[in-house]
Amino acid sequence: MTSAAQFSPATSSFWNDTGKSGITSWVFSTDHKRIGLLYLYSVLTFFLIAVSLGALLRIELMAPGRTIMGPQTYNAVFTVHGVLMIFLFIIPGFPGAFGNLIMPIQIGARDVAFPRLNLFSWWLYIAGAAIIVTSLFTGGGPPDTGWTFYVPFSERTGTNVSLAVFGVFIVGFSSILTGVNFVTTIHRLRAEGMRWGRLPLFVWSVYATAWVQILATPILGITLVLILAERVLGTGLFDPTKGGDPLMYQHLFWIYSHPAVYIMILPGMGVISDIIPVFARKPIFGYKMIAFSSLAIAGAGSLVWGHHMFTSGMSDNAVLIFSFLTFVVAIPSAIKVFNWVSTLYRGSISLEAPMLFALSFILLFSIGGLAGLILGAAATDIHVHDTQFVVGHFHYVIFGGAGFAFFGAMHYWLPKFYGRRYHERTAVIAWALLFVGFNITYFSMMVLGMEGMPRRYYDYLPEFAPLNLVSTIGSWIMISGLILMMVNLFRGLFRGEAIGQNPWGGATLEWSVPTPPPTENFIEEPVVTHGPYDFKGAGIP
Amino acid sequence: MSSDSHAPHIVGYGKLIAVWLGLLFFTGLTVWVSRQQTGIGHVWGSLAISVVKSGLVITFYMHMRHEGWLLRSLLFVALLTLAIFIGFTFFDVLYR
Ligand code: HEM
Ligand SMILES: [Cu+2]
Repeated sequence: MTSAAQFSPATSSFWNDTGKSGITSWVFSTDHKRIGLLYLYSVLTFFLIAVSLGALLRIELMAPGRTIMGPQTYNAVFTVHGVLMIFLFIIPGFPGAFGNLIMPIQIGARDVAFPRLNLFSWWLYIAGAAIIVTSLFTGGGPPDTGWTFYVPFSERTGTNVSLAVFGVFIVGFSSILTGVNFVTTIHRLRAEGMRWGRLPLFVWSVYATAWVQILATPILGITLVLILAERVLGTGLFDPTKGGDPLMYQHLFWIYSHPAVYIMILPGMGVISDIIPVFARKPIFGYKMIAFSSLAIAGAGSLVWGHHMFTSGMSDNAVLIFSFLTFVVAIPSAIKVFNWVSTLYRGSISLEAPMLFALSFILLFSIGGLAGLILGAAATDIHVHDTQFVVGHFHYVIFGGAGFAFFGAMHYWLPKFYGRRYHERTAVIAWALLFVGFNITYFSMMVLGMEGMPRRYYDYLPEFAPLNLVSTIGSWIMISGLILMMVNLFRGLFRGEAIGQNPWGGATLEWSVPTPPPTENFIEEPVVTHGPYDFKGAGIP
Repeated sequence: MSSDSHAPHIVGYGKLIAVWLGLLFFTGLTVWVSRQQTGIGHVWGSLAISVVKSGLVITFYMHMRHEGWLLRSLLFVALLTLAIFIGFTFFDVLYR
């Protein structure tokens, strides 16, 4: 940008812009970048707590019998691990942190459409999170139902399910409002020349995600209120002795929660679609198909929830239809994978940390996705339903997929906001530990599931002992990689080498503004003249 | 385009109360339908009644009668989504 010469980053960056100071300049800021960072630190806090709980689960499973905790504690720990990971880390994580930090800049906007609503969403998130945390220490103690809160157990257990679901309910509102905000922003605030066909693929994915947040989350809200009604008023909606239908709970829960897995994975796919062309030095292959497949996944993905219920006693017709539709969703997902691989073909690939995360995303997501088809085929699902195979499968998709994309995004974009970067070699070592440890941990779990080891038990038959030990050792490798990654990343952001405006050579708009970006992002109103992956048009060698 | 392009409109108390009485009547009807021995017939009956009731609420209480095409079509998208979600559960409920 030409005006960068008379621009002094030290004074104009969003870090030192407000009249307010200290904590209030953050928790009452309406700047999308500050809110993005608020979300980032909040979700990472819960992520690290939940990782510790995951580590405890694996230690318990290291050997048969009681190792460090009894059955009740184990039930509570996997429930809280799941609830924190899903509702407080991965669902709010992408839209809240990177949707906020990146999307407005990528479309050439000064902020989101409703900045104050944006801040309110974060506050709702924090309020909901506080309620969930409170539920762990009050009433009958931490819920032990699993993150799915299935009836009839969730109606009868003496643990503090009521408060926990109320907290999740509040967090849901945060998600809906973020969705409304982002849809409006993308429709109304694109800069001049930013046609729909020039939107970065990350923006397309945030857009598709936002619609799912708006349309599906209210159903979760209702469902959770119904659990409360059951527990407090004894309405009998899900209780057959009172004319209710327990399967209806599962329908309602999964009508939201399957689309929710797309809230988790779609933005991750968007990140990957932005990283790969930059590090392969090639325009993305099949832009339109990738953008379209995000919408197709969001749409078709909303119609497959019944695949979680094949063994629940649902009608055979429903089993058939939901199984078929599940296979249909595999098509747009595969379209994306093929397009990423085609982008790599004959690219000049540079294997830096963001790219390593992107490439491992493709592999891990594909393994998880194919395992998903085994679960989506009604016949094979009967064999592996509710086993460790499922646990392996969804960690491959949400951790190996969405989680790795989140880490890739942290390496790719955070330096832009801090003006400093991590140490590259250390990042590669951390990535390698994470990747190797991940596969040891979860591949073993998939094999154990195939052999018949059920999920959600603190104990198991002696024949499962060797692989469980392997899996637990894998989790230690993985966690050491995670710790190294976080330390290196944040040490680098605060004390690392300084970076310029466009360290990776990206062609999207965030790389055309100063580092760190100024308060309203652009020194002068941008006019977009080229596509997001048109490196020549952006003048990048 | 949407709501700001026309003068504010006020719905009189008489009409609001009439709609309310209508809603109460339909609530009573729902209770009555649920007591009839019609098998899956209840479900269709109750769904039909609730469509009429939400239609009343949306048209009069939510003022959708006075809104432009944009809000109406957005509402339609939301209703269609809901209809699909409810409809798909019937693949299960109807054939158990
Ligand atoms: C160090 C990282 C992690 C470890 C060691 C770990 C370990 C585990 C284990 C052993 C279970 C199975 C408990 C059982 O069924 O007996 C589990 C369940 C689960 N994990 Fe993780 N996990 C990790 C990271 C993640 C991440 C990143 C996510 C999501 C973003 C996640 C989401 C879940 C969910 C949703 C469950 C299911 C809980 C339930 O059954 O209700 N985990 N985890
Ligand atoms: Cu699903």
